[in-house]
Amino acid sequence: MAKQVEIDLYARQKRLAWFLITPSVFVVLLIIAYPTIQVIVYSFMKYKLDGVTPPSFAGIDNYAFVFSDPDWWHAVWITVIFTIVSVILESVLGLAIAMVANSKFKGRTFLRVAILVPWAIPTVVSSQIWKWMVNDIYGVVNIILTNLHLIPQKIAWLATPATALPVIIAVDVWKATPFMALLLLAGLQLIPKDLYEAGSIDGATKIKQFWALTLPLVTPTLLVALIFRTLDALRVFDIFYVMVGGQGNMATMAVYNQQQLISFLDAGVGSSTSVIILIIIMLFVVLYTRFSRTSFE
Amino acid sequence: MNYRHPSNRCVLPKSFLAAAAAFFLPAVLQAAGVTIHFAGDSDVGEGGRWTKALAEEWSKKTGNTLEYISRPNDATATLQQYQQYWAAKSGDVDVYMIDVIWPGIAAPHSVDLKKYFKEDEIKQHFPRIIENNTVGGKLVGWPFFTDAGVLYYRTDLLEKYGYKEPPKTWEELAEMAKKIQDGERKDGKADFQGFVFEGKASESVTCNAIEWVYAYGGGTIIDPDKKVTINNPNAIKALETAKSWVGTISPQGVVSYGEEEARNIWQNGGAAFMRNWPYAYALSADPKSPISGKFDATVLPKGGANGKNAACLGGWQLMVSAYSKNPEVAADLVRYLCSTEAQKKRAIDLSQLPTRPEVYKDPEVLAKNKWFSNAVEILNNAIARPSTVTKADYNQVSTAFFQSVNKVLSGGESAQQAVADVERVAKRIVR
Repeated sequence: MAKQVEIDLYARQKRLAWFLITPSVFVVLLIIAYPTIQVIVYSFMKYKLDGVTPPSFAGIDNYAFVFSDPDWWHAVWITVIFTIVSVILESVLGLAIAMVANSKFKGRTFLRVAILVPWAIPTVVSSQIWKWMVNDIYGVVNIILTNLHLIPQKIAWLATPATALPVIIAVDVWKATPFMALLLLAGLQLIPKDLYEAGSIDGATKIKQFWALTLPLVTPTLLVALIFRTLDALRVFDIFYVMVGGQGNMATMAVYNQQQLISFLDAGVGSSTSVIILIIIMLFVVLYTRFSRTSFE
Repeated sequence: MNYRHPSNRCVLPKSFLAAAAAFFLPAVLQAAGVTIHFAGDSDVGEGGRWTKALAEEWSKKTGNTLEYISRPNDATATLQQYQQYWAAKSGDVDVYMIDVIWPGIAAPHSVDLKKYFKEDEIKQHFPRIIENNTVGGKLVGWPFFTDAGVLYYRTDLLEKYGYKEPPKTWEELAEMAKKIQDGERKDGKADFQGFVFEGKASESVTCNAIEWVYAYGGGTIIDPDKKVTINNPNAIKALETAKSWVGTISPQGVVSYGEEEARNIWQNGGAAFMRNWPYAYALSADPKSPISGKFDATVLPKGGANGKNAACLGGWQLMVSAYSKNPEVAADLVRYLCSTEAQKKRAIDLSQLPTRPEVYKDPEVLAKNKWFSNAVEILNNAIARPSTVTKADYNQVSTAFFQSVNKVLSGGESAQQAVADVERVAKRIVR
């Protein structure tokens, strides 16, 4: 008899569980699975969005086009450099800022709020602000640098990739470091203070404490933050679109995708580009999760 | 007493509705017409504000409601937005203001304006514009105003440096610009530029570059017989010439300038020459402008002594959407905005070129725009971009062209490589 009640209870709980998760499963299917499958289907079709030509099956033509397009490979190259450099700089600076913000000093709350300002400004707005600041003739950056005699003459920062890419990376670092700092600050606050007390009693220097205590203990948070930033950087669109939009030699993967889909209204090639970007991003996620698992087990 | 009598339950709502109706009805009656959604110029600029005001005048006169939809400043971005509306067969916009290169793209989504405009009305416009706007026998756009690339020059500076007239060739322009730039920089204007133009990787540089290429006898990318012509020595020469300006007579940053960036420098007195559209004339001539009375406009130079004068044909048309619920009322708005009166007022207020030849003879118009007597010559030299042969794929050809030209200007690619790249893309499209 008791057994029967237990099973009933179990079955009822199971029913309840299904009942509770069904709406979310439904929503996930609707807003994630459906569009993703749709994109994969379109990526194998010749499909112009001009509202005139009907779509038709195209096999792997779209993928063949993207892989044979030198502009695509250039976009991959730009995106990869941007991602590696910006994510490394953001992590190092973010950790430094987080450690400062984690220590006790006057005005700490103010600082914590203040560092978030760049993150809080919409990217399109801050990119436009920076675009004006690096304008070759009227830009404040050139005026300051020439007045300080740091550069002999005004530089057209956004004119060539050699200067435009470092400028854009700098803007992204300025914008995303606060996000990194905030996540890492949360990680730092989880580290028990008595570990440091024990450390200093054992005679560990501050530098030793950083390498032996802070860094290993903040690594899980750092990895999560790295995943976020890497994915964001691989998908980067807005900064590039606003600051150097249209310049063929400064397109990222997402800008290339937007151009195929929106400028050329080619849903076929646009979708296959999206699928390729999706696969690249998933590879990174798998790599990160593998790495984080081995580092904790 | 039966409180539950059915009719009693509705007493309050009914009286409420009646009161509401009495209150709101006058307002409803005033706007008895329909609502027309008009996607016009960006109303951040002078032209957009002007157009919006004129459209609102129509709304007051006819009793129809007008909703003005502003567009992005950049024509390429605007087209991308409109193409999405068209692909979705959206009825949210009744009247579109479309660029001279769009009729081929927009044709499937427009009504045939021949339904609303009679033959004698059509004949009042330049036949070439009507021809451009007619796709497969369908009149897609009604001419709003026309445009052509113009060379602006500073009369005071030419005189100061001993020049009697504006340059006849691009070589002369480079020489004059260099001399004036060097002289002005010595006088303490460190940022003075010889020549500013639109080098931004967008439709802007397509217009500039097609003028250089055509001036040097290098054709128009694709000829009207669908033959891809861009890969030729004259086109390479033209692009190399333009490249030699960047960093010498033009600022390095010119590769990221659109029309407004170029005008900003020019209108602040920061440049001796500028290539731009006619709209810059009225703004530069404004009494508040630092260069008011110190400049003039003329036809763009030839490419070498044997070259040709070239001006890229621009201009805007009004189109009635095929998905509009009130095409007839929308066509009436189009007629109002493009009338002889409206074009005359536009020419006087905004120095934009009318599409009706008769307006060029108007003394009031000529009094305000002396150079309109040159405008007929400029328009005779106007060259069309290859949008008719490429139709819906024009954007792809233009993108290949403007990206390659932009790379040449910024030093990322040789002119030979650039024309080969454009040829490859263009051949894939026109086949």
